Amino acid sequence: MSGDQPAAVRFEGVSKSFGDHVVLDDVSFEIPAGSAFCILGRSGTGKSVTLKQVIGLIQPDSGRIFIHGQDITGMESRDLTEVRRKMGFLFQDAALFDSISVGENVAFPLRRHTDLPNHEVLARARAKLKDVGLEEAFGQMPSELSGGMRKRCGLARALALDPDIVLVDEPSAGLDPITSGEIDQLLIEQRREGVTLIVVTHNIPSARAIGDELALLHEGHLVAQGTADELDASREPIVQAFMRSRGT
Amino acid sequence: MLGASADRVGDAVLETLAAAGDYFAFAGRAFLTLFRPPYEFLETFRQLDALGWRTVPLVVAAGFANGIVFSMHTRAMLQTFGAASVMPQAVAVTMIRETGPLVAGLLSAGRIGAGIGSELGAMRVSEQIDALEALGVDAFNYLVGTRVLASIIALPILTVTMDFSGIMGGFVAELVTTGMAWHLYIVQAFDLIGFTDFCASTLKTAVFGFLIGTIACYLGFNTSHGTEGVGEASTRSVVFSSIALILIDVLLVKLTYLVFPQIAMV
Repeated sequence: MSGDQPAAVRFEGVSKSFGDHVVLDDVSFEIPAGSAFCILGRSGTGKSVTLKQVIGLIQPDSGRIFIHGQDITGMESRDLTEVRRKMGFLFQDAALFDSISVGENVAFPLRRHTDLPNHEVLARARAKLKDVGLEEAFGQMPSELSGGMRKRCGLARALALDPDIVLVDEPSAGLDPITSGEIDQLLIEQRREGVTLIVVTHNIPSARAIGDELALLHEGHLVAQGTADELDASREPIVQAFMRSRGT
Repeated sequence: MLGASADRVGDAVLETLAAAGDYFAFAGRAFLTLFRPPYEFLETFRQLDALGWRTVPLVVAAGFANGIVFSMHTRAMLQTFGAASVMPQAVAVTMIRETGPLVAGLLSAGRIGAGIGSELGAMRVSEQIDALEALGVDAFNYLVGTRVLASIIALPILTVTMDFSGIMGGFVAELVTTGMAWHLYIVQAFDLIGFTDFCASTLKTAVFGFLIGTIACYLGFNTSHGTEGVGEASTRSVVFSSIALILIDVLLVKLTYLVFPQIAMV
């Protein structure tokens, strides 16, 4: 990270438990603005919890989380809303609002957070859908879309307000390799445009393609962090097992 | 053996009390949300349509059938005492004072309670509620506040619809049996009904609406365990809101009699 620019995201000694189950134990890392950070780990190791903590959906038990230098831990919901406006979140199953059309899903954040006239909102929503190759699905309902189309629609919605930070939960889950590759390509394009990406994935080829830096969560701890080459060179058995896998 | 049973009963009591405490905190927050901006007018109108307007056919059919059946059952008894001429008054008093509000409330507990419970439950398990929050929307205000307000507004309107449908049903029964004229029927029907009667019994259903809305939203909003949890939230919404509605009705009738003692005289 540059000397005068704060990290896009910084975790300082973050811990989180659910009942007796410790999900994160004193986890610290920082993600420079404009970079792509992939979080790897086995199921149930707290990857999605980490992502939800970044956007304030889950509060840590201890530790602090900074977004562009601003501490969001315990922040008032009104202030948190302002922080969230600068972030986009692509959920694992896209989490599209199933009572409104695809176009209205993408228009939703624009209607909530801008004063744009209706025709401009619709034009922007259409443009965002076009960016992800879904322009023809504008009037369709989410239930009519395939898994890959839902993901792309979810990405269009996450990008609707041109956020600085985009959080992506399992972009490849449930998708065939070709569709998964298309989603990866869309994320790489965002990184090229200067968006900070935080991607949770099991898919190592995907993480190698997207991530400037990879981090491995294991049993509540961040056991490795670095470039793909650095993790390839790690002697930690769990890191080696992960980096040599072709998990999807 | 006895100790273990006592522990289980104790745990169940504590769990129930904790859940009740959670619900009251949720309902209190929902009540305060009604008076706090931002006001979600568009979503509230959408919910009024979904929860209120679409319940009208059910309420009209139930009210109309209720009026006919009540008229058929009661006529025979009133004839025994030579009082068949008070049939219109009997139908109107019964419908407006209790049958209309209670049946409209119970039907709404089924239709609205199940609808809210399953919709919010499905939104919870499919992360749509998280998605709302992630998009910078206060999900409680947007989902709970609007549905509770829509339920509060819809219930009195549905009750008036139920009352009118029941009185119409009673008229059809009278028309077939005695050939009574519409004008005479209406004049006689409202002979014993005062404005206080109508207002007290109709406005109490706003409390029913609050109960149905908050219970269903509470159960839907806190759904877990996937699709099984959604079904459970829907079923429990109907059961709990129906029970709560019947219990609160007894209290509200008693309260009405205390505040307006003239109603109890007729």
